[in-house]
Amino acid sequence: MALRLDRRGFLVGTAGTAVAASLPRMARAQGKPVKIGLLTVKTGPLASGGIQMEQGTIRFLKDRNYALAGRKVELLVGDTGGNPAGTKTKIQELVERDGVDMIFGPLAAFELLAITDYAAQAKMPILSLAAAEDMTQRKPNPYFVRASATSSQTMHPLADYAAKEMKLKRVITIADDFAFGHEQMAGFQRVFEDAGGRVVKKLWPPLVTPDYTPYIAQISGADAVVQGFAGSNPLKFMKQYQDQGIKLPVLGGSTAGDEALLKSYGDEAVGMISCSAYTGDLDTPSNKRLIDGMVKDYGNIPGLYSAGLYINGQVAEAALEKTGGKTDDREAFIRALRAVSLTDTPRGPFTFDRLGNVVGTFYVRRCERKGDKLVNTTIKAYPKVSQFWTYDEKWFLSQPVYSRDYPPLKS
Amino acid sequence: MTRLPLALGFVVLATLPLWMPGTYYVNIASQILFYAIFALGVNVLAGYAGLVSLGHAGLFGIAAYAGGKAITAGYGHSVVAVIALAATLVTAAVFAVLALRGTGLGFVMITVALGQIVWGVAYRWISITNGDNGITITGRPMPFGLSLASPRSFYWATLVVFLAALASMTVFVASPFGASVQGTRDQPRRMNALGYHVWMIRFLAFLFSGFWSGVAGLLYLYYNQFVSPQVVALTASAEALLMVISGGTATLLGPIVGAALVVVMKNVASAYIERWNFVLGAIFVVIVVFMPDGLVPGTVRLARWARSSLLGG
Repeated sequence: MALRLDRRGFLVGTAGTAVAASLPRMARAQGKPVKIGLLTVKTGPLASGGIQMEQGTIRFLKDRNYALAGRKVELLVGDTGGNPAGTKTKIQELVERDGVDMIFGPLAAFELLAITDYAAQAKMPILSLAAAEDMTQRKPNPYFVRASATSSQTMHPLADYAAKEMKLKRVITIADDFAFGHEQMAGFQRVFEDAGGRVVKKLWPPLVTPDYTPYIAQISGADAVVQGFAGSNPLKFMKQYQDQGIKLPVLGGSTAGDEALLKSYGDEAVGMISCSAYTGDLDTPSNKRLIDGMVKDYGNIPGLYSAGLYINGQVAEAALEKTGGKTDDREAFIRALRAVSLTDTPRGPFTFDRLGNVVGTFYVRRCERKGDKLVNTTIKAYPKVSQFWTYDEKWFLSQPVYSRDYPPLKS
Repeated sequence: MTRLPLALGFVVLATLPLWMPGTYYVNIASQILFYAIFALGVNVLAGYAGLVSLGHAGLFGIAAYAGGKAITAGYGHSVVAVIALAATLVTAAVFAVLALRGTGLGFVMITVALGQIVWGVAYRWISITNGDNGITITGRPMPFGLSLASPRSFYWATLVVFLAALASMTVFVASPFGASVQGTRDQPRRMNALGYHVWMIRFLAFLFSGFWSGVAGLLYLYYNQFVSPQVVALTASAEALLMVISGGTATLLGPIVGAALVVVMKNVASAYIERWNFVLGAIFVVIVVFMPDGLVPGTVRLARWARSSLLGG
């Protein structure tokens, strides 16, 4: 057994080292392709988002004929299986064997956290949409760029809208019991309570649960419900919410109102207010190109994940153009990545802050029925939203990271 | 007869990083080794003692978590190893006391439950385990001043531990204790009648098994420099059991072959085949149908049959 692996490894590996050894001697800017490694999830419960990530990346590269800044682009896809150890092995494969120039992905926060130290050591630029707060806050990685949002970055404007425009006073939050859910709801709570509202109850159903009924039964004594489910859970929750006949308005985060879910929602989603970094009705040339391309190639409108990776592609392209297509000087390349400022993207204009996190427009939308389809209609856009919202950065970072118990509920 | 292949195998393993091109494959080899240690540990119970445990990822994970906590608390690496292994042994003892109230299906169910408790703690006791964001550690230990930061040196360190594990298994199997463990598997009542303390023999086997699972967990922690609740999930326990069963229970080589099979399929094959889960499943079905006692005994049987039919025919 060991011998067989070795022989196979020998063949593939020889090719790999031959390429690696020839790198410094050759003028890379012309002949060598730019290698982009995509870490995504193609098997297991997270696969639907992961496959959309791959589709968004491929869609972008097709738009550019697989060439960026005069260099050909080669895409290498690694399936992490949605677990941290798998992610670690896959990034090693992409970095050490395939010699990629940058990494797109991974999807989940725990996957990203498992590889961040390794990537920093290898000086490997990562363009991810995993939302873990501390990646661009208390434990920053200098080679990390996030063009999507932190978990709470979408919830801050949503809370502002809920308190100031919808005049809500008391809400109940409900979200998956894992870090992304905790961070989202903590962000909502801080801004909502600072604007005079009250979060009266926070419910945390387990990530994998067949039935939300016992949790929905606890919803009473509030003006609205804020849900922060991810994956396919928002569908399940909204259906059961409607079945139990609760009439309170529902607000949701980026994953709850994601465009990619709209085709699976029924009337239960009509009226839901959600906030996201990406909205399908944004009128920019690149968004139109993305939507047309996705419908043509895959028969689906793009959502958060495919748009997020399309935008990552645009960020990489802009940085490559600035460095003249060179990626060998990693410091220069990451500086170029973080200095990227774009206006025509599927999510509108954005820049990066000093920690590599996006400062851009966030959209509050209402879900409406148009003909036989559900659409999200933008009702308010918050421009230039930073991960710190309107708070002072120093103060924000001196507070504990958002979690299940922080900020605590006021009794 | 058997000396030559053994020596050859040793030379291949020891020199592997020298001729293996690319650190990626050296890292895969390190993973095979520490998963093989884990599988060897599981095999003590599942194979020799006839007690199928579906909670061993809990022990593996306890070592990784205890090690991770000790490192973040600032202890030196030798102290960390002691703390991690002590924590594993204590947990294994508690597991054993509870699980050994039953055998067969009862034992399986109790170990499942115990493993799930560890998972629940890892996932939900966020103030200690950091929930599903996991614990990240920086740096690997430096035994005798040798840095293990590079894939090669880590591989050799893992190999040393692996050989120690293999040696201890060889001694265990040949020892009177090993024989008595197998006796409690085959004829517990007769062993009892002969004056053996069946419960105590099983308890000690559980500790022995838990110890090597903990060692593997610690190596896992140092390899990944990260531990999260996925490590202690039920699927991780099942995977370890699959390694043992596919390779061959109650054999020394079986768990090693099984570990290699699973790690290679997971990491190498998944790069070429999108539905690698399916392929892995199909391979297990083939093994169960054609070599129900596992790859190693099956291959030996096949070789013997081939030889006798060649010579006899």
